[in-house]
Amino acid sequence: MLKVEEKLFQDRYRVDAGRPHIKIKDAETCTHQCKSQQCTVCCPAGCYIQEGNGKVVLITDGCLECGTCRIICDEHRNVDWEWPRGGFGILFKFG
Amino acid sequence: MAEKFDVIVVGAGMAGNAAAYTLAQGGLKVLQIERGETPGSKNVQGAILYSDAIEKIIPDFRDEAPLERHLIEQRVWVLDDTSYMGTHYRSEDFNKPPYNRYTIIRAHFDQWFNKKAREAGALTICETTVTELLLDGKKVVGVRTDRKGGEIYADAVILADGVNSRLAVKAGFNSEIKPKDVALAVKEIHFLPQETIEARFNIGEEEGVVIEMAGKISAGMMGTGFLYTNKESITLGVGCMLSDFKEQQVTPYELLDRMKAHPSIAPLIAGSEMKEYAAHLIPEGGYNAIPQVYGDGWLIAGDAGQFVNGIHREGSNLAMTTGMLAARTLVELKAAGKPFSAANLSRYKAKLDESFVMKDLKKYRRMPDIFHNNKQFFTTYPDLLSKAAQTLIRVDGVDKKSKEKSIKQSFINARTRLGLIGDAFKFWRAVE
Repeated sequence: MLKVEEKLFQDRYRVDAGRPHIKIKDAETCTHQCKSQQCTVCCPAGCYIQEGNGKVVLITDGCLECGTCRIICDEHRNVDWEWPRGGFGILFKFG
Repeated sequence: MAEKFDVIVVGAGMAGNAAAYTLAQGGLKVLQIERGETPGSKNVQGAILYSDAIEKIIPDFRDEAPLERHLIEQRVWVLDDTSYMGTHYRSEDFNKPPYNRYTIIRAHFDQWFNKKAREAGALTICETTVTELLLDGKKVVGVRTDRKGGEIYADAVILADGVNSRLAVKAGFNSEIKPKDVALAVKEIHFLPQETIEARFNIGEEEGVVIEMAGKISAGMMGTGFLYTNKESITLGVGCMLSDFKEQQVTPYELLDRMKAHPSIAPLIAGSEMKEYAAHLIPEGGYNAIPQVYGDGWLIAGDAGQFVNGIHREGSNLAMTTGMLAARTLVELKAAGKPFSAANLSRYKAKLDESFVMKDLKKYRRMPDIFHNNKQFFTTYPDLLSKAAQTLIRVDGVDKKSKEKSIKQSFINARTRLGLIGDAFKFWRAVE
C-alpha cells in the first residue's frame, strides 16, 4: 500500500484548526446507502478513510482543494464543500 | 465597506489577472479578491504558457515575466506497460525569438501577472474568500467575503474563480459540474541540476521539451499524462476523467507512481528530489459543457466557464483570452455610458464566438463523448501498436510477410474488420 502522506509531506499548508472546510453531511448515508465509497479511492490526498465497520472518516488537513469528492458524490450529494477561509489550506510553492 | 467599485474580479489566476489588468488599463475602478496567501498559491497548472495570449495583453512580457524554458521540441508518446511509441517534432524555428511557448511555474508567474495588474491600477486583496454573490433580484450587485463586514459592492462581477466555480452554482446561475465533464490531474515537481536536465533531453540552456502521453498510463480510463522541462525541475503528471475514476480502484497517487516507474519515464527523473505534490481538476467537457457565461451584472471567464481545449492541452491561453474579452466588454460599455445589463453583456458572448476560443471548442464538440464511449483508444490500440512495432523491429528469423499477416490478424482479432473501420471513422469525427 502506497502512502500518500509521503507526498503530502512536501506540501505547505496553513491548517484552520478545528474548522474543516469540508464535511460529510450525514455519516449514515455513507455507511448504509453508498456501496462504492469512491471518495476513499478518488481523493488525491487520501482524506477519506474507509473504516472496518463500513464508516467513512474525513480528515481535511491534507486537502489539496481539488473538488473531486464533491463532484463524484453525485448520487447522494453528501459532501458539504466550501473553500477554506481566506489564507488557510494548501499553499502551493510551485503549483 | 461603503466604497463601491466598477468591477470586482474574483480570483487571481490567468483569467482573473488578465481581466483585472485589462479593466485597470481601461480606467475602471477594480477590486480583485484572491483567497490564497499570494496570487498563485492556490493555482495549479502543468504548466505551459502560450505567448500569443499573453502578448495580446502585455506585449513585452518576455522582458520581466518569470519564464522557465522556451519549447523547441514536442513529443507525443503512446505507452503500454514496457514501451512507448512516439512522434517527436523538434525545430530550430522554435529556437528563434520571439518564442512561441514556454514552461512556467504558476506560483511565480501569477505573482508577476498580478503585480502588473496592480501597477495598472487594480486593487488586489489576498487571503479573502468570496462566499457568495450579492443579488438584487437577478442582478449581481457585489460579493460577500469571509472578512468581517465583508460585503463589497460593484456594478459588475467577473467570476474567474476557477474550475470549482461555487459562486455561479450557489447563485443558481449554473448547475454543478458533472463527473464526465472534468478530469482529475495529479502532478509532482522534481528538482535536478540544470545540466542534468539539458543532457537528458539533449537541449541547450533555456531550451525545453514537452512530452504528452496516452495509453496504459491511464489504466484504462480516458486520460493522458505529461512531462515538462523547467529550468531546474521537471513537472510530470497524469489526469483522467472523474466519471472513469469513479468506476475503478486505482488511487490517483498510485496512478502517478506507476507512471513514474514506467521504464521510459523513470530514467528521466532518476536521482531527482520531489518538492511538491498537487492535484487539480481540469474542465474537459468541451463546447457542450460551457455554462451560461453572462447575466445581469456578471460574467464568467477561464476554467469557471469550462474554457479548455482538451485535445490540444490548451487552457491558460483560453483563460487569459476570456478574461481579457470579459474586461474589454465592460470597458467598452462603461465608455459608452451603458449599464452592465444582461442584454449589454451579451457582447461578451459575441466576442467569444468571434475568437479562437469558441471556434476551437466548437470544432472538437463531439470529442468528449466519442472518447468516453470508446475506451479502446486508451487501452486496445496502444497495446496493438506497440506489439506491431515490436514484431516488425525484432529480427527473429520469421519472414516479413508472415509478420505483416500476424500484425493484421492481431488488429482484426482485437476489433474485427468492421470495428477497425468504425474506430477510424469515430476518431476522425472526434477531431474533424
